[in-house]
Amino acid sequence: MTEYVPVLLFLLVAIGFAGGTIGLSSLIVPRRRNAVKNSSYECGVEPVGDALQRFTVKFYLVAVLFILFDIEAVFLYPWAVTFRRLGLYGLIEMALFIVILFVGYVYLLRKRALEWD
Amino acid sequence: MMPFTMPSLIAVDWWALGAVIALSVGAMLLLVLEFVPAPPASNRGAFVTLLALLAAAGSVLEVRDARRSLFDGMFLHDGFTVFFTVLFCVIGAVAVLQSWDYVKRTRINHGEYYALLLSSTLGMVLMAASNDLITIFLGLELMSLALYVLVGFRRTRLDSSEAAMKYFLLGAFASGFLLYGIALLYGATGTTNLAKVAMFLADSPMIGNPMLIVGGLLLLVGFGFKVAAVPFHMWTPDAYEGAPTTVTGYMSAGAKAAGFAALLRVLLVAFPPLMSEWRPILSWIAALTMTVGNVTALLQTNVKRMLAYSSIAHAGYLLVAVVAGGLDGGSAALFYLAVYSFMNLGAFGVLALLGRGAEERVTIKDLAGLGFRSPMLGLAMTVFMLSLGGVPPTSGFMGKVYLFSVAVKAGLIPLVIVGVLNSVVSVFYYLRVTVAMYMQEPGAEPVEIAWAPSAAIAVVITLALTLWWGVQAQDLLTTAQRSILGLL
Amino acid sequence: MTLALFAAFAALLVGCSLMVILHRNPVASALFLVLAFCSLAGLYLLLHAEFVAMVQVIVYAGAIMVLFLFVIMYLNLRHDVEQGIAVAVRRGAGWILGILLLAETVAFFKGRWAEGPVSAPDLAPVAGNTQAIGQVLYTRYLFPFEITSVLLLVAMVGAVVIAKGRGPGLHPAAPAADAAADAKAAAPDHAGGEA
Repeated sequence: MTEYVPVLLFLLVAIGFAGGTIGLSSLIVPRRRNAVKNSSYECGVEPVGDALQRFTVKFYLVAVLFILFDIEAVFLYPWAVTFRRLGLYGLIEMALFIVILFVGYVYLLRKRALEWD
Repeated sequence: MMPFTMPSLIAVDWWALGAVIALSVGAMLLLVLEFVPAPPASNRGAFVTLLALLAAAGSVLEVRDARRSLFDGMFLHDGFTVFFTVLFCVIGAVAVLQSWDYVKRTRINHGEYYALLLSSTLGMVLMAASNDLITIFLGLELMSLALYVLVGFRRTRLDSSEAAMKYFLLGAFASGFLLYGIALLYGATGTTNLAKVAMFLADSPMIGNPMLIVGGLLLLVGFGFKVAAVPFHMWTPDAYEGAPTTVTGYMSAGAKAAGFAALLRVLLVAFPPLMSEWRPILSWIAALTMTVGNVTALLQTNVKRMLAYSSIAHAGYLLVAVVAGGLDGGSAALFYLAVYSFMNLGAFGVLALLGRGAEERVTIKDLAGLGFRSPMLGLAMTVFMLSLGGVPPTSGFMGKVYLFSVAVKAGLIPLVIVGVLNSVVSVFYYLRVTVAMYMQEPGAEPVEIAWAPSAAIAVVITLALTLWWGVQAQDLLTTAQRSILGLL
Repeated sequence: MTLALFAAFAALLVGCSLMVILHRNPVASALFLVLAFCSLAGLYLLLHAEFVAMVQVIVYAGAIMVLFLFVIMYLNLRHDVEQGIAVAVRRGAGWILGILLLAETVAFFKGRWAEGPVSAPDLAPVAGNTQAIGQVLYTRYLFPFEITSVLLLVAMVGAVVIAKGRGPGLHPAAPAADAAADAKAAAPDHAGGEA
């Protein structure tokens, strides 16, 4: 387990830093509330309605595509740690894998699936 | 450092793998071609698809007598694989011919349509060729994912989207069952290779072991969904009705055959030691499936929906063959699958011709008088209906005769009685279509027939096969028997 | 040390899971789920399943949670307070199913499970679990691995076809207008089908 001690330390420092800053600022912050301050900030525009808006479904496409490429990354990870042993053979098979997905990527680009409009 | 062996790519039989390569390259080519401008009336997509299917079938036929085990026994090239690969490619080609004009008429002529068609064919080929639960699952997912999208391809129609939604939710559920079953089987036996599972079961009889039983049951549930067996058939009528008619025909033939191919391989290769466990379960499912499918089909007025229930009933007949098992049961199943695929494809092909533009007119009333308005189409539909009902001299009759005689030989008398009674019931609703075509006056607004040369070719092909196998069944039968031989 | 870590991760996991179903704000529930996934990853690490832990964080805490959050945001959050008989029935069913599941688990643990294969599959002894997976995945499982890429490709195409519509430059209209267009397009067809 000793190889995880740095991870544990890192975790502790992260929690300490996050907790510390929030705690400290809540201790020393001046509290002066008014209506304007409590309203949500919309780039200086008068806020309309509340933040609980429904998103349009086209964002969902982005999320789904993110998952797909995320899975590609998962496959790259064990390949990266065994790459030296697999050699040229591993390179070819991973190239095939990525080329197939690259076709999908080109398709997405040309379909403007990744563009905001 | 411990050396480990790399599978040698040189030793791979590229002909045997040709179908997989041709189909996946074809699908990718279609996606890329999407962005090369073409005239709006172009049939480029259909051409490329036909070529890919032709190449795939040609490639496996090139080495049809060879027996190869590729990738550590995951991909088997044997008679069974060749039979189903060719079957799927021909089913795909007929579906392309039917879609040729249909997709233009209904304004769904996009490159993705054919790309997805090829991908699902690839999935089916993998399901039939896999000798490993992992690749079976991947093939099944590949086929299903493409089919979910194809079912919902008419995006502007609510019923198409609804059908895709239902099919997807239930299909994903079924995939979950299947994967869980695979995981449990792996846990119990330590391998996903079907042959090794069989070896393990023969070595250490773990009959009655809960993990194995639950895993096997979940596997049956998963396959039950895919072949639309009762009680896992709920998605079928909606998905079949909402899908574009050509897609319905394609999935009713291809997806069912693929489901049965995988089921046959799993049951006949991995689970003969557990035969006494799965036979009673499958017998009950078969009886239920035949009965529920046929009785519900009696009540339908939409022909697509009626054929959906009829396809459920046919899954029941096929399950009888699976229960019979062995060389005879297996070859009866293969024979029946080939026969069923083409008569069903033909029936949906005729339905795909009806209607103007994107309208869909597939109720029994719409068919009224069709026999006189278009004798050729009426005759073809009559033959398909008679064949589905199992009336001589059609291929459906030969299929049923062979299937039930094999079941009698295997001692499944109660199942055969249920099956024959059901066949009699089924003739009623198939004849309703014929009666409507020849004995009823067309309605106030008779349905328009959208003739197209390619669709006519598809009708002729399916009609010819249905009649040919009705009188000359021997060749197909011998092929089916030879194909199943490698499994046992 | 391991036991203490296990206790900590397990307690965090149970606590977070409870918060997922008990918190009133669905977004906060989703964030608790992220924490639950991370503590599960910690448990995997304790079992020396480094690769599974990594996948747990990347895929579940990363991608799947993004999907969850998106789904929450598509819903109409203002109408989430449900009352009446339906909720009571659902709650009752939930309790019954939960108790059944518990009974099942107890029965399974008491019963005789499969002993499994006699020996674990042979693997070359390597530095880590991830490396072992890599060695098997890219040699013995080469074929399924390549098929996976085709599967991902089909999923991409499917997502675009379903969500994006057709042709470059052709964008779907706003949801409301889209639904209206759907209804309009579907109506004549239905009428035609039943005529």
